[in-house]
Amino acid sequence: MTVPIGYYLVLSAILFSIGVGAFLIKRNIITVFMSIELMLNAVNLTFVAFAHQWHQISGQIFVFFVMVVAAAEAAVGLAIIIAVFRTRNTLNVDSVDLMKL
Amino acid sequence: MYLLLFFIFGGLCAAGALNLLLQSHPINSALSLIVVMSSLAVLYLLLGAEFLAAAQVIVYSGAIMVLFTFVIMLLNAGKEERTHGSKAAYIVGVPGVAVLVCLLSFIFLSQKSHLSNARLGDYLVTTSDLSAVLFRDLLLPFEVTSVLILVAILGAVALARRGN
Repeated sequence: MTVPIGYYLVLSAILFSIGVGAFLIKRNIITVFMSIELMLNAVNLTFVAFAHQWHQISGQIFVFFVMVVAAAEAAVGLAIIIAVFRTRNTLNVDSVDLMKL
Repeated sequence: MYLLLFFIFGGLCAAGALNLLLQSHPINSALSLIVVMSSLAVLYLLLGAEFLAAAQVIVYSGAIMVLFTFVIMLLNAGKEERTHGSKAAYIVGVPGVAVLVCLLSFIFLSQKSHLSNARLGDYLVTTSDLSAVLFRDLLLPFEVTSVLILVAILGAVALARRGN
């Protein structure tokens, strides 16, 4: 029994769109950040599906590098969130609208 | 069997992502994101990417989400409040997202004849295959990412430190 690669691509499109929607709708800065992680994961699924389709290993290498960059991004982003919360005492993105702390 | 596994874990993925969108408390969103990432690891295994499945569980569900839940609990984040901005985001966001998912699904399903079918175990990338490429052809980018991680650690410490 087989699964068409297209199903995997449709699933990743659904995940990516939900990530975009959560990014737009959510007002909590941590949840907005989590929806970015969801979008990265959706793109990773596309990479793995195409790596399986074309029997190329470079798709999986890309996923590896995306994971590394996502880990670095999560560490720096959460540190920024902590710094913003310390100065403003809020996590609402609407009240965080200046570049300076 | 393979189709059943795909639908179980794909459905779990989509349900977890929807739950992330619908929950108003960030800790519930974080826990549903862990469900999404763990079931994505199973989907990677179904596609024959065994190293990436392990890395997904260790890096994403382990390290990154622990960091997220730690920050949520540290900052004592409560329920998010609704503002004017969220109403505008609903009006623009929901139809836009619906259009996006319909467009992408239409493109992928209309190209289905060009794409092959995935069978369990017909293309397995072992860790040695992956490391042969990573440590031979892509050694320089791999080393550069270690510098990136180092810079990220320093930046995180500098940003989160109390007082100036």
